[in-house]
Amino acid sequence: MEEEKKEPKKKIKIALYWAATCGGCDVATLDIEEKILDVINIADIVLWPVAMDFKYEDVEKMEPKSIDVCLFNGAVRNSEHEEIAKMLREKSKVMIAFGSCACFGGIPGLGNVANREQIFKVAYKDTPSTVNPEFVTPQTEMMTNGGEKLTLPEFWNTVKTLDQTVDVDYYVPGCPPTVDRINDAVGILAKFAETGELPPKGAVVAFDKNLCDECERKRDEEKKIKRIYRPHELKEIDPEKCLLDQGILCMGLATRGGCGARCVNANMPCRGCYGPSPEIKDHGAAVLSAIASILGVEDEAEMIDIGTPEEVEELLNQVKDPLGTFYRFTLPSSMLKRVIIKPEKGGET
Amino acid sequence: MEEEKGDFEPKIVGFTCNWCTYAGADLAGTSRKKYPPNIRLIRLMCSGRIDPMFVLKALLNGADGVFIGGCHPGECHYIKGNFYARRRIAALRTILKQFGLDNRVRSEWISASEGDKFARTMKEMAEEIKQLGPNPMRDKIL
Repeated sequence: MEEEKKEPKKKIKIALYWAATCGGCDVATLDIEEKILDVINIADIVLWPVAMDFKYEDVEKMEPKSIDVCLFNGAVRNSEHEEIAKMLREKSKVMIAFGSCACFGGIPGLGNVANREQIFKVAYKDTPSTVNPEFVTPQTEMMTNGGEKLTLPEFWNTVKTLDQTVDVDYYVPGCPPTVDRINDAVGILAKFAETGELPPKGAVVAFDKNLCDECERKRDEEKKIKRIYRPHELKEIDPEKCLLDQGILCMGLATRGGCGARCVNANMPCRGCYGPSPEIKDHGAAVLSAIASILGVEDEAEMIDIGTPEEVEELLNQVKDPLGTFYRFTLPSSMLKRVIIKPEKGGET
Repeated sequence: MEEEKGDFEPKIVGFTCNWCTYAGADLAGTSRKKYPPNIRLIRLMCSGRIDPMFVLKALLNGADGVFIGGCHPGECHYIKGNFYARRRIAALRTILKQFGLDNRVRSEWISASEGDKFARTMKEMAEEIKQLGPNPMRDKIL
């Protein structure tokens, strides 16, 4: 980066890395607009695969703890991600899980409903646009005719979060993190560069209250959902009224706030990208429990059967793909972590 | 795993409410009903206290089955705690099915006077879980 040497202070070194991710977090980093100049003023970037041409070897040659802050986005899906995560952890003083994928597994984490074999079968065979009669799949090693050995990272059965792989100091959730929260994170970097002070380990750069606290929609005191709708099934969504009161599944009631309620302000339900509220171990179970409590079933005392009353069953059947809805961003960080696949069908890690 | 289907002693965690099922279990004991020793009871004040996370945690820590007992509908000591429990368990079952842990959670309404029903339910459940085999999560834990 071209910069003038007007600052006598020593600049901090930062690294940005992407693992299993869409790249949206890297783009979001640029959304902070002119603030990026503040970042350049206080920091030298030593690794940023999406934007700059540094090689892994450059980082490998560095002394341990010589990078001040590493912003790591993306889940850990294959052996390369793990290797680089471990290397960056060794070289960095502060490791920040940046974005929902690094914090909770995110959308790539939904791969945990299948295993490698099943994913390869869909991706390299079953998709309509694929012609692969010999079912060629990526191999970790091969010899070329010239006798040269080529290697590829190994694809794993299970997606892991960053903190299941290495020690993580701070979390910046969001898919992607919103500009305000990235600015907060930059503020932390600036303070660190200036004074060397850091917030307590494990801090999450977001709010400690859940999204409902930020949301301005009016809600009924006694919530009762009579039918569950998906947003496109309703002709009109009242912009003033709580989405749950209108029958739309909104995850805000167990999701951490801090995003500025952007989705709900745009008449779309919260999907839970900021992860569970503090102290909640399992995001999906918490949302599920809350939603089940507000299902509107009449005359429940009359339903004296042992099993599930039909009305309840009917309401629950209106949720398409419950696991994908409730654990959309947090499957790898949930308690069960992945779907159990019986060994006959394929290995499981 | 050495333990095969039908030939293992399942561990079942039972969450029971203080007012009905726990008292029902007590009655089963004082009236000397016989039932398999697979159940480990945890007493809660109300079945409405059950958070799906309790069930997940039990399964995660190696329980082969989870039993939830509460008062009959309309008889809840707290008026409608058991309705919440019923809906939550129903919702939890839908995701457990997707997680591959189908049929391991059972709920039953047992009142304080139904010691017989408690013993019968325990027998049935132990048998069902034996047929299902050990909790697949156990391979990871043990």
